[in-house]
Amino acid sequence: MTPQQKATLQKLGPFLALLLVGAGLAFMSPDFLTVGNLMNVLRQVSINALIAFGMTLVILLGGIDLSVGSILALASVLTAMMMRAGYDPMFATLAGVFAGAVMGCVNGLIVAKGKVAPFIATLGMMTVLRGLSLVFSNGSPITGFQSDFFSMLGGGYVAGLIPVPVVWTLLMFALFWFVLKKTVFGRHVYATGGNAEAALLSGVKTDRVQIGVYTISGAMAAMAGMVLTSRLNSAQPTAGMGYELDAIAAVVLGGTSLAGGRGWIFGTLVGVLLIGVLNNGLNLLGVSSFYQQVIKGSVILLAVLIDRGSKK
Amino acid sequence: MQIKMSGISKAFGPVKVLEGVDFALAAGEIHALMGENGAGKSTLMKILCGVYQADAGTIEVDGHAVQIHSTTDSEHLGIAIIHQELNLIPQLSVMENLFLAREPRRFGVIDSGRMRRETQHWLALVGAGQIDPDIEAGKLSIGQQQMVEIAKALSLNAQVLIMDEPTAALTEREIEKLFGIMADLKAKGVAIVYVSHRMEEIFRVSDKISVLRDGQFVGERVIAETGFDEIVRLMVGRELGDRFPKRAVEIGTVRLAVNDLADQGNIAGIGFEVHAGEVLGVAGLMGAGRSEILKTLFGVNRRTHGEVMLDGQALVARTPSQAIAAGIGFVTEDRKSQGLVLGMSVRENATLVHLSRYAHGGVVNGRAESAAVARLVDELHIRTRDAELDVKSLSGGNQQKVVFAKWLANPPKVLLLDEPTRGVDVGGKAEIYHIINRLAAAGVAIVMVSSELPEVLAMSDRILVMHQGRQAGIFSAADATQETIMTAATGGN
Repeated sequence: MTPQQKATLQKLGPFLALLLVGAGLAFMSPDFLTVGNLMNVLRQVSINALIAFGMTLVILLGGIDLSVGSILALASVLTAMMMRAGYDPMFATLAGVFAGAVMGCVNGLIVAKGKVAPFIATLGMMTVLRGLSLVFSNGSPITGFQSDFFSMLGGGYVAGLIPVPVVWTLLMFALFWFVLKKTVFGRHVYATGGNAEAALLSGVKTDRVQIGVYTISGAMAAMAGMVLTSRLNSAQPTAGMGYELDAIAAVVLGGTSLAGGRGWIFGTLVGVLLIGVLNNGLNLLGVSSFYQQVIKGSVILLAVLIDRGSKK
Repeated sequence: MQIKMSGISKAFGPVKVLEGVDFALAAGEIHALMGENGAGKSTLMKILCGVYQADAGTIEVDGHAVQIHSTTDSEHLGIAIIHQELNLIPQLSVMENLFLAREPRRFGVIDSGRMRRETQHWLALVGAGQIDPDIEAGKLSIGQQQMVEIAKALSLNAQVLIMDEPTAALTEREIEKLFGIMADLKAKGVAIVYVSHRMEEIFRVSDKISVLRDGQFVGERVIAETGFDEIVRLMVGRELGDRFPKRAVEIGTVRLAVNDLADQGNIAGIGFEVHAGEVLGVAGLMGAGRSEILKTLFGVNRRTHGEVMLDGQALVARTPSQAIAAGIGFVTEDRKSQGLVLGMSVRENATLVHLSRYAHGGVVNGRAESAAVARLVDELHIRTRDAELDVKSLSGGNQQKVVFAKWLANPPKVLLLDEPTRGVDVGGKAEIYHIINRLAAAGVAIVMVSSELPEVLAMSDRILVMHQGRQAGIFSAADATQETIMTAATGGN
């Protein structure tokens, strides 16, 4: 096997794992491999997928974004308040995503200009933003939106079959794939994550790259918040807790290196699906939710250990 | 102690790195091991140290066959290696480093008093008694750290010392000191394997030279009976022609004019001009502020004083990207940490600086990019099977050519070079000199910092000598000698 073939096989490892788990579940549960169930899985994973796409960029930079769950909540609360105050739902939705981008931009400024370690910067922001969403919502959910547009965001179907969030996810996947693969910005993300000093000395504006990436991550978290709020028809100030960990798990499962510089968006999509399929399958099989956590965690560790082992 | 390695072979997967190599080392000799990058020197030494195991071949110590399965085995035999990248832990003190993992204990607690006394003893033995055993290793100069490593090797009772490019990061004075210590050790019967690319030094200190080429042993020579030309021929397997190719370039108008330049405290009062087609060498001891001139011009360090004119325009460069936009290029000193993104391909590295040339509206035109890279690979003779391979799979010389390629897609007005041939073998060096000459011929003004005096003298038109952050003088290369440069660099008259 040539080194390139080996590298390709390694890259496809997570994908093979997904197929294997899928095949196993199809064998064990007759309900798994039905169009209805698969669409259900896709819809369930779309929120994690949207967050994880943004997180992929952050991790490619060698950073981490712990604040995505809080951004999701605060953006949702802001959008819900605007709708309740009579603003146009579409405007309120865009404003919510924009607010998420601003929050992400603050993360980026703290990291790039304040030279604070991403873990600490986004940990602080996570707490601040969670607090703000409780303050603005007075600690209780905001419900009761009368808007076809808004309920379509999370609950609608395209052609009566494909859930709207799945369409969003696929569009975003295509966009991220394009940006990482084909644009100057994408190349600069890889370069900055791979060797920030060399990138800077090659004229890459590494601080702008960092700010841009955290901004994108914030916007993606907010977008996930819109989908979630629409689905629940309710904006919860406590929504999204722990979502950052699911997103990080998906990115790492997909083969993106936490050290930065190496990874791809397809891997993240596979990681998201792997986690989603496991959740779904274990539910179908009637495994208790306590054991589900044990199994999910073990699969993540196993996958990463195999990945490390094969790289030696 | 006598060491005899015979018929050593080693392959990594399908790649044969060593094939039937012989190497013999006697007590009290300094034995240089030479060869181009990738010739197998490091692998051979790692086998001797137990880092790798040979696939075939034998190792004899004093006539007895031995098996070296681990670094512990080699340590017991009295073989120690001092790596190019020093292995001290910067946050630990000198004595903690010296006795790492074998700390003297009393009642189960570290006996600091004894550790300090013994450290002083070993440091004094290598003529570095002035180093405080309690100081953090990271606060020492590279030269001092090397002394600590040598002391550590001796404290392990090493009879064989392998030194990998020991002088690459040393000042002239530290090199003298190191050579003195090597002579002492030799007199005490220690055998030293000296791995280096610096021919002048090898001919000064070694007794014998063994040469490897493409994983094969091509010969052993006694220093007194050989010369540069023969060794180079053995290494590259052909006549190399001039070590320093000549340049016939019409020197043009002033491109870069620097007046009374200063940064935040490293350099001050720097003033010089570089013309189109001219190479200005910058010489001086390590820490004299040579690289700082380049970094200040390039916007890495802050300029606190002085004017810089580029083609008659005032240069504003507070960041590297502004410097690049103004027409300055910078081949950095350390290609692994500053020059290349090692995890990216040759193509991606080569186009990092000028990627937007191959892009419309931020979207890269892959075909235009690949075509440009193919041209650069061809033009600079970058030897790689495929530009899509990771740049780290290339040899040092070819990696350095990729660093040059980054700038050549759109040649700058002024190119700053910081140690452009460090860690590059003879063949690679000659190719880099050709690249420099071609750029000069195209009218680029070049400023070249180098620690290798023969290189500075041969490649420059004029030489700026630095001494303790100040400019000690500018000499015409035609009149300068190693002596005049060193005198100026050490502050003499």
